[in-house]
Amino acid sequence: MKLLQERTQKQQIGQSLIIQTAVRQLVPFVQLFGLYVIVHGHYSPGGGFQGGVILGSSFVMLALAFDQSTSMRLMSERANVMLGNAGVLIFTGVAALCAIVGGLFLDYSALDAIIPLGPVEWRSFGIFLVEVGVGLAVMSIMISLFWDLSSAGEMDEGL
Amino acid sequence: MKALALIATLVTGVILLYGTMDFPAWGDPQSPASGTLSTHYIEKAVEETHVPNIVTAVLGDYRGYDTMFETVVIYCAGLVVISVLRRTKQKQPEKKA
Repeated sequence: MKLLQERTQKQQIGQSLIIQTAVRQLVPFVQLFGLYVIVHGHYSPGGGFQGGVILGSSFVMLALAFDQSTSMRLMSERANVMLGNAGVLIFTGVAALCAIVGGLFLDYSALDAIIPLGPVEWRSFGIFLVEVGVGLAVMSIMISLFWDLSSAGEMDEGL
Repeated sequence: MKALALIATLVTGVILLYGTMDFPAWGDPQSPASGTLSTHYIEKAVEETHVPNIVTAVLGDYRGYDTMFETVVIYCAGLVVISVLRRTKQKQPEKKA
C-alpha cells in the first residue's frame, strides 16, 4: 500500500495536462452558463439555487483538476465568505426593505415607492434580486463546503 | 447526553407526525391547495407578477418565506461546517519544522 502511494506521488497521477487544459477552457463557459441560469430563471427552468450550484461547481472543477490552492488563489476565502454573506443579506435586505417602505414583508410591489416602475414590474424585478442573492449564497456555500470537506479543514492540499 | 439527544429527536418526530394528521387526504379535491390556490396561481401568476415561468413566480413571490429560509438553512449549514472543520494553522516554531 505504501509502495503504491509513493509510486503515485512520484508519477503525479491526477496531474494530467489534458484535463488541466480542458478545465481551463471550460471554466469560463461554465460560469457564463451559471449566470445565464440565474438570470434566465424568469423564462426557463433555473433560478438562484441551480445557477449558484453551477457557479460553485466551476471552482470545484478547478480544485479537482489543479489543486486546492489554485482555486483558492482565484477565489480567496475572504471574498468567498463575503459573497455568501452578501447573498443572504440581499435576500433578507430586499424583504425587509419592502416592510420599511410601507408594504408587507417580502411584498416586492411596495418597492414601487422608491423607484416607480409599477407594482407588477417590481414583483418581477424583486424576484430577480432575490434570485441573485440566492445564487451568490449557494455558490459561496458550495465552494466553502468543498474546500472544508476535501482538505479536512486544513485548507492546503485538498484531494 | 446521547440519550437526551435521542429523546429530543424522538419527541420532535412524534410531534411532526402528529401534525401530519391534520393534513388533507392525498389528492383531496376539497383541500385548499387544489381548490382555490392552484387555480389562482395558474390563472393569475403571469398577470400579477409578469413572470412567464409560474414555478419561479411561486418560488420567489408567493412562497417567498419558504425560499428565504431555504437560503438561510443552506447558509447555516455552511457556517456550521466551517466552524466545525476549519482549522487555522498554528505558527510552528522554526526549530520544530
